[in-house]
Amino acid sequence: MPNTILHKAATRGHADHGWLESFQSFSFADYYNPERVQFGALRVLNDDRVDGGKGFGSHPHDNMEIISIPLEGGLVHQDNLGNTKVVSKGEIQVMSTGKGVFHSEYNNSPDQPAKFLQIWVFPNRLNVTPRYDQILRDPVREHNHLQQLISPSQQGEGTWIYQDAWFHIGHFDKDKHFSYDPKEKGNGVYLFVISGSFLVDGTQTLEARDGLGITGEAAINLTATTDGSELLVIEVPMNLKIQ
Amino acid sequence: MDIPTLNILAIGRDSAILEVVQRLINSHEHWVATIVTTDKAAIAAFTQQRHPIVFVCAGVTAEEEQALKERLLRLDPSVTVIRHFGGGSGLLENEVRAILDHKDIHIINA
Repeated sequence: MPNTILHKAATRGHADHGWLESFQSFSFADYYNPERVQFGALRVLNDDRVDGGKGFGSHPHDNMEIISIPLEGGLVHQDNLGNTKVVSKGEIQVMSTGKGVFHSEYNNSPDQPAKFLQIWVFPNRLNVTPRYDQILRDPVREHNHLQQLISPSQQGEGTWIYQDAWFHIGHFDKDKHFSYDPKEKGNGVYLFVISGSFLVDGTQTLEARDGLGITGEAAINLTATTDGSELLVIEVPMNLKIQ
Repeated sequence: MDIPTLNILAIGRDSAILEVVQRLINSHEHWVATIVTTDKAAIAAFTQQRHPIVFVCAGVTAEEEQALKERLLRLDPSVTVIRHFGGGSGLLENEVRAILDHKDIHIINA
């Protein structure tokens, strides 16, 4: 029998620092809810807005797979690996922070807000050599189709991370039916609605920025209920094994 | 358990990251961090002062973590030795609060 956990958008953590507004699906920084610490290896899903000209100064990360998905505008990323990159809407950025990396990230616009999802996944290996990657999304292949962005395989579609995790994204016409089959038995699937709305397995309605974690299901059946609805699907191990 | 100050020991191999972890811990009133880069220094610091929480940070392998945990638990069975993930501020406070809740530790000045 499948188990589900629903995170309605309005029940997320919220931090407003003026220049930074963040909605947190899981406990993060000042937001601590022992009932919402993680979904398997998925530890952070922050929905952030950064004002123009603002951002995060140099700070470290280690032993975490960090995925940024810009939804509006772009961010300038600079790190001590020698990377200076702009990641904009239509792209995604992946950092395997491993044994440690320092980076800064600022809004690339002086006056327009940048909006992005920042997602942290526990790695399956400790202290790897840090790695940075950035890929273009393909809006044509994402139309009415869950397009793979991330997998554990260096030969897979999209980019890869140090975890048995898969990320897919798609935007769908109203009434489009589709399904997601978990790649590995025992993994959980976290659905996050970026925009619009979906019906899950014919019973659960998800609106924009709602999240639904599902475990123990062989196939998840979905229907877009508004035109242009966009969905992020994150499949992760539910039991952490870190070497 | 009521304590006046929460002493946290952080061990890692990357001094620059540890210094950030120390600054973040010390930014909380009544939280005091000691940072070390070797297992020997960790044992010495732990022997000198009781630390209810020991964070294992970047660069320490799983095997080193396990060996250190076993040694520290022999010195104080109530210690929580746990891996700190992320390196920065995002999860640190959460990790501490989870331990304080689980162990029913209260900082009496807070």
